Amino acid sequence: MLSHLRPALVSMGLFTALLGLAYPLAITGVAQAAFPDQANGSLVRDAKGTVIGSALIGQPFAAAKYLHPRPSAAGAGYDASASSGSNMGPMNEALAERVKTDADALRAENPGVVIPADAVTTSGSGLDPEISPAFARLQAPRIAKARGLTTPQVEAVIDANVQGRLLGFIGQPRVNVLAVNRVLDARAPG
Amino acid sequence: MNWQGWAEIALTLGLAVAIAWPLGVYMSRVWNGERTWLDPVLKPVEALFYSAGGIDPKKSQTWHAYALALLAFNAVGFVMVYAVLRLQGVLPLNPQGFAGVSPHLAFNTAASFVTNTNWQSYGGETTMSTLSQMLVLTVQNFVSAATGNFWADLIRTTLYVLLPLCIVLSIVLVALGLPQTLAASVDATTLEGAPQKIALFATASQEAIKQLGINGGGVFNVNSAHPFENPTPLTNLITAVSINVLGWAAFFAFGRSAMARKDIRALVAAALILLSAGAAAIYATETQAPPALVAAGVDASVNMEGKEVRFGAPSTATWAAMTTGASNGSVNGMHSSLMPLGGAVTLFLMQLGEILPGGIGSGIAIMVVMALLAVFVAGLMVGRTPEYLGKKVEAREIQLAMLAVLVIPLSMLGFSGVAAVLPEALKGLMHAGPHGLSEILYGYTSATANNGSAFGGLTANAPWWNTTLGISMMLGRFAPIVAVLAIAGALAAKPKLAPSAGTLPTDGGLFIGLLIGVILILGGLQFFPALALGPIVEHFQALAAVASVH
Repeated sequence: MLSHLRPALVSMGLFTALLGLAYPLAITGVAQAAFPDQANGSLVRDAKGTVIGSALIGQPFAAAKYLHPRPSAAGAGYDASASSGSNMGPMNEALAERVKTDADALRAENPGVVIPADAVTTSGSGLDPEISPAFARLQAPRIAKARGLTTPQVEAVIDANVQGRLLGFIGQPRVNVLAVNRVLDARAPG
Repeated sequence: MNWQGWAEIALTLGLAVAIAWPLGVYMSRVWNGERTWLDPVLKPVEALFYSAGGIDPKKSQTWHAYALALLAFNAVGFVMVYAVLRLQGVLPLNPQGFAGVSPHLAFNTAASFVTNTNWQSYGGETTMSTLSQMLVLTVQNFVSAATGNFWADLIRTTLYVLLPLCIVLSIVLVALGLPQTLAASVDATTLEGAPQKIALFATASQEAIKQLGINGGGVFNVNSAHPFENPTPLTNLITAVSINVLGWAAFFAFGRSAMARKDIRALVAAALILLSAGAAAIYATETQAPPALVAAGVDASVNMEGKEVRFGAPSTATWAAMTTGASNGSVNGMHSSLMPLGGAVTLFLMQLGEILPGGIGSGIAIMVVMALLAVFVAGLMVGRTPEYLGKKVEAREIQLAMLAVLVIPLSMLGFSGVAAVLPEALKGLMHAGPHGLSEILYGYTSATANNGSAFGGLTANAPWWNTTLGISMMLGRFAPIVAVLAIAGALAAKPKLAPSAGTLPTDGGLFIGLLIGVILILGGLQFFPALALGPIVEHFQALAAVASVH
């Protein structure tokens, strides 16, 4: 065993220097030089340069004039330092109650519509930046009313922001909530 | 279910095998010490390791020496991780000012990283300081994936295979949106004026190792479900393929090195059939009607709890199968929120022994054990001495093979049985009833199989769980490795026989069917009773709940 100690210590030490320090630092250097936008978190800024969020990280929106995201289990909701899913199993009673409450609220707002699954379920990360096109369009009448627009005008903004499947079959169609809200603010600050 | 979903599943699984084929040839060249096109850059680095460590790479070791070297290296790694975690409060590069980690969590994390399990008892972004992330985790991730001469194997695999692939992958991932910065977080103010603190990290470099190194420990708590780790369907495809590509490559490399390409292709075929069936089954269960959605009168065509919109059922199902078929353990959706039978499939894939295609090298090793058992069973049926790859398989090899195969259920089911009646352990559960049993079973299954994914409802950061999960990781890792090395040692000493009329061909459809049967019976019979009490009961409860609404 002792004869193995020297190679074990030496290779652990060298791997630490090479892979623990040199590798991430070199990648950081290359990334910061070549892709500074992505490397720093795909941040979104307003006209004054203030950071208003990341294109990749979901945010809470509650005002009627904004597109709302999915429910979130990250901290108190969309806590971007405490990503988390609900981890609730399919037979969990608290899950059933939460889904029912959220569904009833959406139905009261939009009588007679089919509520899509993502509108009443929490995502894996609790930071899902996107919602399904169906959930987005369902919110169009509320947003239009709050901003003094027509529903088709809001739907047009949503449709322009739908990202389809990659190559027509990989992933799911989706709408980035923050992107739509920025366009809406620019077009008709309600 | 739709055609897009099936096409995505087929593409993801198929792409991993297609890329692994040529990669396996390269890997075999590396293992055999042949020339590679990276020699001009890496030879001097490799020579530095050998001279500083007093290593003679050409000196081949007995299996005893090889096993001892492996244990020595892991012991040094274990002590180092434990020390850094305990001392992180006083070490530099800790901008968040985290305190030292508790002894049982440090033990669990050290065991986890040394055995390449990465059970996330800690939430990556809140407990680990930047130093721990970079220094320890990165190294452990790299080196524990690699297992001639132990030192030469370790050093060459890490330098020639993992390092170049990680460099390429991490840069591709940054270009596709993953952060790579030393800053810990950035403060944003939302359009509604609320503050949002967004955690950042050197994500891409860690992500590349985590996927390729079959490691699975995420930078963030929710792993590859986090939009910074996996922002788009394209990053999802690339990182999902990375989970399995080196595992498959090790199959092909072994086939080339052992001059048994056809036999190894049969093993690949058997593993790919089982893995595809697993992914298809999870896709089917995740498009079953979830009781909560049915009761609320919502569109119940897909179970979206715990899933990201950009991934939906197909991407999440594929990932769940690939991560539990390999010993990766990263997740892009929450396994605890899968439909009951979907969760059962992830459990079952781990219980099969992480051979679909498993970790780099360890997957093919356990698969060869399964092949030995398959030829042994066939030999019993026709009354002939079984042979595999030209070697006679006799009592000693079968005893060792059974030892390797039996330690796994002993740890998974033994610990689960104790935990199920221990009040101290039950405090950690989020759910009562069958889902609670699934949480326990998933914990020990994942730890023993060195997977590291979790039914996240379990609060495992407590003395009982940290300690016993740490022990089951060590059992699940080292007992099979030592048994497999002993089998290899015993087989190596035997003369190679020419195939005769009485030899069972191990490269055709008959053998593939036989092998699948042995794998399923070993996995199925041992674990079925436990699965019946957990996810299968829950499945019937879910069906009844849905029926009662209609």
